[in-house]
Amino acid sequence: MTASGSAGSGVPHLDVDPFDMSFFADPYPAHELLREAGPVVYLDKWNVYGVARYAEVYAVLNDPATFCSSRGVGLSDFKKEAPWRPPSLILEADPPAHTRTRAVLSKVLSPTAMKQVRDRFAAAAEERVDALLDQRRFDAITDLAEAYPLSIFPDALGLKPEGREHLIPYAGVVFNAFGPPNRLRQEAIERSAPHQAYVAEQCQRANLAPGGFGACIHAQVDEGAITSTEAPLLVRSLLSAGLDTTVNGIGAAVYCLARFPDQWQRLREDLTLARGAFEEAVRFESPVQTFFRTTTREVELSGAKIGEGEKVLMFLAAANRDPRRWDKPDRYHITRRTSGHVGFGSGIHMCVGQLVARLEGEVMLTALARRIAKIEITGEPKRRFNNTLRGLDSLPVTITPA
Amino acid sequence: MPDIIFIHADGKPDRVETSDGESAMQAATRHVVAAILAECGGNAMCATCHVYVDESWLARLPAMADDEDALLDGTAAERRPNSRLSCQITMTSQLDGLVLRLPERQI
Repeated sequence: MTASGSAGSGVPHLDVDPFDMSFFADPYPAHELLREAGPVVYLDKWNVYGVARYAEVYAVLNDPATFCSSRGVGLSDFKKEAPWRPPSLILEADPPAHTRTRAVLSKVLSPTAMKQVRDRFAAAAEERVDALLDQRRFDAITDLAEAYPLSIFPDALGLKPEGREHLIPYAGVVFNAFGPPNRLRQEAIERSAPHQAYVAEQCQRANLAPGGFGACIHAQVDEGAITSTEAPLLVRSLLSAGLDTTVNGIGAAVYCLARFPDQWQRLREDLTLARGAFEEAVRFESPVQTFFRTTTREVELSGAKIGEGEKVLMFLAAANRDPRRWDKPDRYHITRRTSGHVGFGSGIHMCVGQLVARLEGEVMLTALARRIAKIEITGEPKRRFNNTLRGLDSLPVTITPA
Repeated sequence: MPDIIFIHADGKPDRVETSDGESAMQAATRHVVAAILAECGGNAMCATCHVYVDESWLARLPAMADDEDALLDGTAAERRPNSRLSCQITMTSQLDGLVLRLPERQI
């Protein structure tokens, strides 16, 4: 990985492949190289522009008219290539179409809606800790980061009990598909048919329990906010983005707290810090590492000229550790003021399910910190490789009860 | 540059200088007014930058949009007629001396 010669417009060309296994294994030196090479870089491997500093990532996220989403938020340009699945009506859409669908999901996942599920989510977190205290030694990914969201989110959506094993693999496909046509993406799509069939079926109104998030989306059809053909696709967005992301978020938080025992003690002394501890883990680990945008016109960004129809890769994780924006960025610090981090994105496409994620993170960390004195990593953590998501496959731990 | 006077839940005032065009939330986070959490970073999604606007200033603020109105129904502290989200209050010279009371909790 080296920064080589400059192009005519002064944009440094880099031979970094941000979708390579060696990059995923340890992205931090490459993130630094990308940030320090310049405000805008060009990645020859995939012929895309890249931004890795906070200011430029923020600027791109907050100018959706210039940096659009409707041409796909992965490498594939929907104007030149057929999408692998019907595009998302919210993630892969621009205003004004996006404004309407976004309002529907915002309403379904609003602060008011969170108040209604809060007690249920908190009770399930306590039950999970009961089970973990019985086990003492367990895998913090399978038995905690996956088991907890799986115990609440599919029910909150109103999904049938059968077939839920497709949920995490389906999300894996979706997030791999944002990447370039590498092996991860090809294999994921090749194996996706049964997962896609399950998801398409579950998105239908008849298959969603009354009162759940899914039924609430379909109820918006009756209000005239969306059509009956749009509703299943909006439910699909929750199935795609609502589970694996929180699995990786909670996994990140536990991994952080196990590696930074002083922060774990801090949290134990003051449980009101749980929400901040989760938020800081989202900044620190950035479970969603990258997204693309496509330029709708020629634009100048921090002195770099970018033509129309160019893909721009935003390194959210690198922005979240940009020393220009963050004091001691490589330190996990649960009382840090994290407002403004881009772990959930920023602007009109900022994660519409962020309140669900924070609620899950907060109640889970609260339950853990109240009843567990110590979390020790007792085996080699194993990484799970995905073109977009950063997280672990396995994290063997041993806990000591409080 | 216009100033905001934040009054903490315990009655202690905090005078904060704003930069032109920034929101009351941005000024608060820049000056580490801890009672303004602003989890969503100013995108009108989370209702954690809730403030009670001093009655005498209420009419001088820009009108409330529908999304702000809906979010205020979900605030952690009680919603009152003078509740606003500080991320939706853009500071101008007309608002110099704006008094905003901070709720006891944001989550």
